[in-house]
Order: sequence, then structure tokens, then C-alpha cells
Amino acid sequence: MTAAVAFGLIALIVVGAALGLVLKRNPIHGALFLVVNLGGIAALYLTLGAEFLAAAQVIVYAGAIMVLFVFAIMVLIPGKEETGPDPRRRYRLVAVPVGAALLVELTLIVARRGAAPPGPAVPGGVETIGRLLFTNYLFPFELTSLLLLAAMVGVMLLAKRT
Amino acid sequence: MVPESYYLALSAVLFAIGVMGVVVRRNPLVIFMSIELALNAANLALVAFGHRHGSPDGQALVFFVMAVAAAEVAVGLAIIVVIFRVRHRLSVDDLSLMRW
Repeated sequence: MTAAVAFGLIALIVVGAALGLVLKRNPIHGALFLVVNLGGIAALYLTLGAEFLAAAQVIVYAGAIMVLFVFAIMVLIPGKEETGPDPRRRYRLVAVPVGAALLVELTLIVARRGAAPPGPAVPGGVETIGRLLFTNYLFPFELTSLLLLAAMVGVMLLAKRT
Repeated sequence: MVPESYYLALSAVLFAIGVMGVVVRRNPLVIFMSIELALNAANLALVAFGHRHGSPDGQALVFFVMAVAAAEVAVGLAIIVVIFRVRHRLSVDDLSLMRW
């Protein structure tokens, strides 16, 4: 019962923050809404027993990635870009029925599966994930480090004033 | 215990909102944030599936998605900064150079 109430509350916060991101015109407000959304998803990870991911979500997403976003917004000051009439309003309004159709399809897929009996509990601690990453997923793990290095070099190259 | 299908439904709602954000908004930064939203919805679905099957593999997958998303955000924001430097405006409607 408590779990259901907690899930409902967090789900409300998460969906509300997501709508705020899409509907607010000021990108800084959108970024703050996204932080709330990411924090809510971290809480959902906790309710699913994924403690490590919840911590990683807060550190990597709400911490590192959102700081990068806020930096970019501050540097570019695009606050006034979306004021004024929309030159492609007719096309953008199509997004509403298309998005609604997508939502209906996705929920139909979920609903058709029906309720399944709950599976066994998943260990979500650091030890389980770490063991998995360094045994079954060792190669992708090392590839990820290569990817991050490539991204770092690429960003430096792109951001350098020529 | 909340059934996993609730998590999947929430994930579907978040993904749909993210896709609509990508289509509706004109500011590339906000579009980017909407993509992050959709990515997070997919992550949530992955964790829910892993929970359903009682295996931590879904969580390992989400770990990799997070790392790739971090790299993607860094490169994408750098590209947006470069575009802004060249064009002095930020609107996806102006960026039709590569359109067929």
C-alpha cells in the first residue's frame, strides 16, 4: 500500500516535470524541470531495488549532464528564440495527435501483456553490478571508456576557436 | 509491491512526452533535453524489465546507456555552441543546410 502511494506520488512529479520541460518557453526553467524529473526517476530506481543506478543517476545525470546543459544555456542565452509567431505552426500542431497515437500504441503493448506474477528479487547493490560489469560486460565496459575518451577529444576539437 | 507494468506505462508516457518535445520545440537545447527525457524513459523500462526477470543485466545496460548519454550530451552541446558561433541564432528552423 505504501509502495503504491509512493509510486503514484513520484509518477505524478515525474510526469509533471516532463510536461513542464516541454511546455515552458524558457530553457532554464526546462532544465530545472528536467533535474526534478531525473531525481524522480532516481527515486523510482530505488523503489525497483536498483540502489547503484539511483546514485549513478543523481551523480551523472542530475549532476554532470545537467550542469553541462545549464552552462550551455547560460553561454548561448537563447531565452528569446522561441518568442514570436511560429512559422511552422501547422506542422508542429500535428505533433499532438502523433504523440497521442504513440502513447496509445505503447500503452496498448504494455496492457496486452497483462499482469505477470512478480519475479524473484533483484540484487541492485554496487557489488552485484560491479561484478557483472567486470565479468560478463567487460568488453563493453572497456569500449565505453574508449567512447568517453573519443567524446572528450572531439569536444575539445569542436570547441576550440580557430 | 507495484507491478512492473505500471513502471512500463509510466515509461511509455515519459517517452511520448519526450518525443513530442523533440517535435514541438524550436530551441535545439530544449530538443536535446527532450531526447534525454526519452532516454530516461527507456532506462526506466530497462530497469523494470530487469526487475521482472530477476536479473541485474538490465541495470548493467542502463549503466552503459548513461555513459553513452554523457558522451552524446558533451558532443551535441559542443556542436550547438559551434552552430551558434557561426549563425548567432538558435532555432532548428534555420538549420536546413543538410536538407535534401
